[in-house]
Amino acid sequence: MTGDVAVLGAGMHPWGKWGRGFVEYGTVAARAALADAGVEWRDVGSIVGADTVRGGYPGYVAGATFAKALGWQGARVTSVYAACASGAQAVDAARAQILSGIADVVLVVGADAAPKGFFRPAGGDRADDPDWLRFRVLGATNPTYFGLYARRRMAVHGDTPEDFARVKVKNSALGALNPNARYRRRVTAEEVAASPVVADPLRLLDICATSDGAAALVLSSMTFARRHGVLDPVRICAVSTVTPRYPSTVLDLPDIATDSSAGAEPPAGTFRASITRAAYEEAGVGPEDLSLAEVYDLSTALELQWYEDLGLCGDGEAAKLLSEGATAPGGRVPVNVSGGLASFGEAVPAQALAQVCELTWQLRGTAGDRQVAGARVGITANQGLFGHGSSVIAVR
Amino acid sequence: MSRTRTPVVTGWFGGEGDDFRLLGTRCSACAAVFFPREDVLCRDPACPGGELTEVPLSRRGRVWSYSDSRYRPPPPYVSDPELVWSPYALAAVELEAEGIVVLGQTVPGVTVADLAVGMEMEVVPGVLNEDTETVWTTWHWRPTGVTA
Repeated sequence: MTGDVAVLGAGMHPWGKWGRGFVEYGTVAARAALADAGVEWRDVGSIVGADTVRGGYPGYVAGATFAKALGWQGARVTSVYAACASGAQAVDAARAQILSGIADVVLVVGADAAPKGFFRPAGGDRADDPDWLRFRVLGATNPTYFGLYARRRMAVHGDTPEDFARVKVKNSALGALNPNARYRRRVTAEEVAASPVVADPLRLLDICATSDGAAALVLSSMTFARRHGVLDPVRICAVSTVTPRYPSTVLDLPDIATDSSAGAEPPAGTFRASITRAAYEEAGVGPEDLSLAEVYDLSTALELQWYEDLGLCGDGEAAKLLSEGATAPGGRVPVNVSGGLASFGEAVPAQALAQVCELTWQLRGTAGDRQVAGARVGITANQGLFGHGSSVIAVR
Repeated sequence: MSRTRTPVVTGWFGGEGDDFRLLGTRCSACAAVFFPREDVLCRDPACPGGELTEVPLSRRGRVWSYSDSRYRPPPPYVSDPELVWSPYALAAVELEAEGIVVLGQTVPGVTVADLAVGMEMEVVPGVLNEDTETVWTTWHWRPTGVTA
């Protein structure tokens, strides 16, 4: 087990399609997190930015971009990119600085301004880039991969489109309670079934949108938190950013093929399961200890997959767990009480941070109508392109 | 003037008719197979590193999963914006001998309604798109027992 770091502040810019730049969103979220922490920007010793690939050069140096926008004050700067796990990797960098004594207080910021329609690769002819190749050779968008995973679950576990729709119904009802969510309307199973198919078997309302949004955290050492008068802060006690193990035999974005198991025995368990296992081991907790989970529901079917990868149930039992209400408010482990990506849409570098914001508010008991009663232990889970994934465990 | 037939990616497939195959590489030290091909280094972390030589992949495999693209994918996928979008199916096919799953478009005319997980498929030559000078060729998956 490693040492804990305190979450002093959490803040967001609401998700949506606002038509403005990522720097503005990130600055709003950063100011909200600083205000929540009661910390002045000039007293922050380090800033970590989660990069966006959609904002040009300023997006690749997000830490410095946000530092300049907030007003240069000499803080140490770090910028990280890890696809959908960028926000968690930014938390991990901040935590390492705090635990090693390099910084006492760190501001972590992620923001994005998403284009309309499918995410697409960077321009140019780049035949050595798997992300470019999957579009050029196959036209394989992200939802196509989500469709492959959903169909596989239907064939192997007997999941149905109605099971998938139930995830949307649950998450949209929770998003309706969240002022930071982009979609705040309850959706019915009939509406999911009536929405157009995007990538068989998934329909428009099974798949998360792409959004503008920003999230920020103020993290500190436990000593600083106490000195600051916060005696019982929300604590981050695990950040998992593990990579896959060879041979990886599940087709992952943006790959056209899996590794071969002809020369080597595949590892026990999937990459996704290894992400959360590493977090559990680091925190010294297990799935039975969880009060809530925020998981990356890029599609409704993927939320079900996470139930199994989190160890909330056995392989193939996720649809049953959902239908029993175990992952709904009042259930054993409510999942995506924020409303999830179903209600937010994905703002890539902000999303893993938004998950931690929700844990923070839940563990403080300040989540309003979404509050999980007596929440003590929360976990996030996330997976992105190019072998990235993350899981953060926070406790209070 | 006749157009040239050019593979959309160099070295990923070759051969005509029944001899058409996906081309990968095999490591001489650990027997791992790579597709897309690795020509420099074996990616098995436990392998001391061997020669990587070209190897044709199995012609037939079974559907691991499948989906389709009901909306026009963005560039660099090439499609004519003047034409109504016509969805195509994608199949992820598991090759038993290699222990590998390879994604590909299915042959034109095959839709998701024609596919099932576990169904036997074979790789066949196909055309991805054509422009004024070039016919860009690719691989397609086709259910066995179906003739073009």
